[in-house]
Amino acid sequence: MSEDAAGQLEAFLQRVPYVRFLGMRAELSGDELTAILPFAPHLVGNTMIPALHGGVIGAFLEVTALAQLSVTQGSARVHKTIDITVEYLRPGRAQTTYARADLRKVGRRVANVHVEAWQEARDTPVAFLRGHFLLSGDT
Amino acid sequence: MAADLEFLRQIGQHMATTVPQAAALGFRFVSVDHGKGVIEVPWRDDLVGDPDTGVIAGGVVTSLLDHTCGLAITAAAYGQIDSPFGTATLDLRIDYMRPAAPRAGVTAEAHCYKLTRSVAFVRAEAWDEVREDLIATAQGAFMLTGRTGG
Repeated sequence: MSEDAAGQLEAFLQRVPYVRFLGMRAELSGDELTAILPFAPHLVGNTMIPALHGGVIGAFLEVTALAQLSVTQGSARVHKTIDITVEYLRPGRAQTTYARADLRKVGRRVANVHVEAWQEARDTPVAFLRGHFLLSGDT
Repeated sequence: MAADLEFLRQIGQHMATTVPQAAALGFRFVSVDHGKGVIEVPWRDDLVGDPDTGVIAGGVVTSLLDHTCGLAITAAAYGQIDSPFGTATLDLRIDYMRPAAPRAGVTAEAHCYKLTRSVAFVRAEAWDEVREDLIATAQGAFMLTGRTGG
């Protein structure tokens, strides 16, 4: 099962060009995914602080949700985002960002997903995402 | 008034092209008006979110909407707030009504409809080909940061 999950994740990460644009990676512990976004200059939205672009953080959280869904649903197909709400708690500094998704409910057609992002310490999160995703039927 | 808008256009041009993430995504400034801003992002193969369809990634639209909101806030603040400031997103809600067309770029228009001394409230819409046929809408609240006076 875990080999399948790793395969699904690898397929997802490799197939999506925008994932490569972000420079995002991911690791699996069983079927739980930790997404990793190494800092890169092109992700900056505020050069004075410097801080990651708010859109980058939102995008990273959304892709984390999609990646976790692809692992859990056993499909390399990309599910469709219905809506997301991103709450920003702290500036994303010029350092590596991590994220984990919590699948609150996976129904037949729609999944409710919460995602949390942090940098140095998990108990000081940078941002949260709540979203609904339309599941792509695969068969 | 015309001089004001010309000045705002220069700021908009600057915001859309010199911010590293905006430049990396290839944002293009389109227009600015009082409390409003429009920015577009042309389609590019490395920005695709669904390789089965060639549709641009939702994350690109997220960055575009967030950035266009920032432009609208700057446009709303012009003449109202004299000291330089930055914006920090408090929250941003995005509804994706439909995927963009394959290999289509996206344009976003944001309207800062209320600006207080410390908070901006913004709505934004994004479309691919026809202005009326939206792909996404957004609603956000933003803090004004780094203000030195007023």
